[in-house]
Amino acid sequence: MERISLGAIDYTILTVYFAFVLGIGWTLRRFVRSSEDFFLSGRSIPAWIAGLAFISANLGAQEVIGMGASGAKYGMMTSHFYWVGAIPAMVFVGIFMMPFYYGSRARSVPEYLKLRFDEKTRGFNAITFAVMTVFSSGISMYALAKLLELVLGWNFHTSVVLSAVIVLAYILLGGLTSAIYNEVLQFFLIVMGFLPLVLLGLKDMGGWTGLKAKLATVATSAGYSAGAWSDSWHHLNAASANPMGVEWFGMVMGLGFVLSFGYWCTDFLVVQRAMAADSMTAARRTPLLAAIPKMLFPALVILPGMIAIALHVTRGGLLPIGSDGTPNYNLAVPVMLGHYLPSGLLGLGLTALMASFMSGMAGNVTAFNTVWTYDIYQSYIRPGQPDGHYLRMGHVATVFGILLSVAAAYATTRFNNIMDMLQLVFAFVNAPLFATFLLGMFWRRTTGHGAFFGLLIGTAAAAIHHGLVLPHGAAPGLKGAFFGTVLHTYPSEMAQNFWTAMFAWTACFVGTIAISLVTRHAKSDDELRGLVYSLTPRLTDHEMLWYKRPASLAVVVLGLTVVLNIIFW
Amino acid sequence: MKLDLRLPIGLMFTIFGAVLTVYGLVSNETIYERSLGIDVNLWWGLVLLAFGLVMLTFAVRTGRKV
Repeated sequence: MERISLGAIDYTILTVYFAFVLGIGWTLRRFVRSSEDFFLSGRSIPAWIAGLAFISANLGAQEVIGMGASGAKYGMMTSHFYWVGAIPAMVFVGIFMMPFYYGSRARSVPEYLKLRFDEKTRGFNAITFAVMTVFSSGISMYALAKLLELVLGWNFHTSVVLSAVIVLAYILLGGLTSAIYNEVLQFFLIVMGFLPLVLLGLKDMGGWTGLKAKLATVATSAGYSAGAWSDSWHHLNAASANPMGVEWFGMVMGLGFVLSFGYWCTDFLVVQRAMAADSMTAARRTPLLAAIPKMLFPALVILPGMIAIALHVTRGGLLPIGSDGTPNYNLAVPVMLGHYLPSGLLGLGLTALMASFMSGMAGNVTAFNTVWTYDIYQSYIRPGQPDGHYLRMGHVATVFGILLSVAAAYATTRFNNIMDMLQLVFAFVNAPLFATFLLGMFWRRTTGHGAFFGLLIGTAAAAIHHGLVLPHGAAPGLKGAFFGTVLHTYPSEMAQNFWTAMFAWTACFVGTIAISLVTRHAKSDDELRGLVYSLTPRLTDHEMLWYKRPASLAVVVLGLTVVLNIIFW
Repeated sequence: MKLDLRLPIGLMFTIFGAVLTVYGLVSNETIYERSLGIDVNLWWGLVLLAFGLVMLTFAVRTGRKV
């Protein structure tokens, strides 16, 4: 693979972008007076801005690179991450969960758990969440720096330090507002930077029909039926019929229900954006407005990967081959940038890549500093200080969070397995958490003990399942079967993950109910008002015009998603 | 709103659009071999310029009303 070289024009574009990012932070610095301003934007963000930040915070480099890689490896089925996973989950969080998150005035997801359950459930969530955010931002920093080194020949350390310093500067200056405003800028940049790549690629392939014909060659040469790379649902009857190695039940329940709902509904990284909205209606509309561009994102992030594999197979040798003989799918998107974009637009494309990375990192860091300051520091270390104290702590936590991320990035270079392991831990912790929230919000009788031990049982169930099964072709160890016996072999890691998540969710759900029934109900109905569905007055939107109501927005979003699924069936 | 976000978005894309359009006009056409012979810098530069100017117009209009 040849290195991509950048011209003066490309560096100009990158520099202009950095100037704007820092300029936004600088302009916003005078609006940060209290800790609420710093951590929650003073709850003053309009719905459209919160909505775009909601997707952008999640659109880290890992997503752009990872979805492109999956597009190359699994083809059109990758769209399930959006059209079965993310969108329904976003509608659910907007319609059903936001009234409790925003209405309870909790400042974070762990704080909601404290209000609804008890101190230990909050502590457990706060600590696991803080550790995981630091690691995921470190890992995405590693991924980006490694990529820039490979594709552009940039120095690894320079990339890490430069991006860390810029993100640090704009968060310190303007807090969450600055992170959110920059995320919106980054959102537009990502769209505008990747769109020409997709258009050129499609034109080169002869449109969608031309691409489909080339993908048929990809599929048949890998031993699948012709549509395996270009249909989303057609080949889900049996796990052996598609490159992902899953069948429809595992896909819908594992990915759609447990993993996606677990992520979008309980991960503070995204929920924080909606909590910063300026009103309850805006908070409920945030995920729904976000869902509209989100459902079109497969075209932007998955399609380049599909075009890359079509080029690789039909014209030969576009992607470098790894030591195990398979193409290096992670390079699909960067290689495509170099393949189609001339100097000028290439700078824009790479700036978009940097932007995606920074928005992801800033998302992690702002979520980390909030949870650390409110849920760990203010709750367990130094309670009862004046607000200015916590604002200063927020600044310290930001610096600290970024330093820890940098450390995590370097730890990843030493231990290749950290990345796999973290994915695993993420699935262990997030999947059962969704069961806890579902029961907590909709079943009044759920107790603190039930929630806490249910979570532990769910996590343990995930570990046990993972310890007894193995994906096809993997050696026992981190990838599974660490108890020594293999009870079942899944066709792919993806399938294994989906089933681990389902076991974790079910165990937590059943465990929480069982323990709640035998433990004492410690909270009175009065304390639970606004936190539980049956004790909260229904929100009525009748005074709003019908098309402004969250419910009508939800119907439109879901309808469009069904249409997309049918078109690409 | 503390800062009309459309202002920096508009400004940044106007600059990007202007830079790319000019570059598209002056650059050597051999660099467009990889983009299927299309002067994408010029065309996409114009798209960005239009997008940036629309954002700016909205920001300035709202700013005047307040």
